[in-house]
Amino acid sequence: MTGAEIVRVLGKLPYASFINVEPILMDEELTMVMRYQEKNIGNPFLPALHGGAIGGFLEVSAIAGLMFSGDYTKVPKPIGLNIGYLRRGKPQDCFARTNIVRQGSRIANVRVEAWQDDMDNPVAVLMGNFLTADYKG
Amino acid sequence: MEKMWAMAPAFVEGVPHGKALGIKFVSVDRGKATMALPYSAKIIGDPATRVIHGGAITTVLDQVSGLAAVAAIVTEENILAMTGVATLDLSIDYMRPAKPGETVIATAHCYKTTHHIAFVRAIAHDGDDNDPVATSQATFMISHAGGKP
Repeated sequence: MTGAEIVRVLGKLPYASFINVEPILMDEELTMVMRYQEKNIGNPFLPALHGGAIGGFLEVSAIAGLMFSGDYTKVPKPIGLNIGYLRRGKPQDCFARTNIVRQGSRIANVRVEAWQDDMDNPVAVLMGNFLTADYKG
Repeated sequence: MEKMWAMAPAFVEGVPHGKALGIKFVSVDRGKATMALPYSAKIIGDPATRVIHGGAITTVLDQVSGLAAVAAIVTEENILAMTGVATLDLSIDYMRPAKPGETVIATAHCYKTTHHIAFVRAIAHDGDDNDPVATSQATFMISHAGGKP
C-alpha cells in the first residue's frame, strides 16, 4: 500500500480519528503520531495518558505498518499481543514505528515502539501476532 | 468495601479517556471489578464490518484490571490516600470480533498481590462469558501512599 492509500484508509478508521492518530511519511518510512488531546488522559492528577490509549495507538500503528508493507484488501486482525509500559505517557504527542519481525503467509509478527521526547527512551513497546490471511507480497 | 463501592464510580468518571469512550462502571468487590463499553460508531476499527477496534477493548481491559487491583489492595486506612497502580504489562488474546451494536462487558480478577506488584486476569465478552471476545493478563506496579514502602 502506498503512503497516500494509508492516509485514506486511516481517514476511514473512526477509532484512529477518535484517539487522534495520523501517519507521517518521509520517503519510504512510516512514522505514526498520536497528537495530544485531553480525552486521551487516563490519570488527570499525574497527568498521564491512558494505558489503553497508548495500547490502541500501538495497535493502530501495527496495522498501518503492516498495510504499508504489502497489499491488503482487509484490515489485519490482532490475535495475541503484549504491551510493556516503560514510563508514564506525558500529556504531549506520542510517536511510533513498526518493525515487522516476520511476515508469514497467514501470520505477521510485529514489534512497535512508541516514544515521546527521545526515540531511544520508548514509553511503551508492543509485541504481537496479527492475522494477515489476505496478504499478497 | 462499602467505601470502595462509593468511590469506584469515580475511578471511571474521573478518567477522561474512559469517559470519552463511554465506559461505564458496573460493579466492584474485593479484588474484582466489572465495567461496560457500549457500542459506538466512533470507535469502529474496520469500516467494512463495523466491528470496534481492538484498542477500545484494550482500554476497557486495562481500566477494569486497574480497578480490580486497587480493590485488592485498598484498606480503610489507605483509601483516601489514593494508593495507586500503574500498568506494567498487558497481554491480550483476541478470540473473535465483538458483535457490532453490542455492549462489551469486561470483568477482572486480581488474584495475587505482592508488596510491589498486582497480578490481574480479565475477560471481555458481549453477553455470554463462555464466548469471550478477548482475555487478558496484566501486572500493575503498586505505588504506596506518600511514597513510603
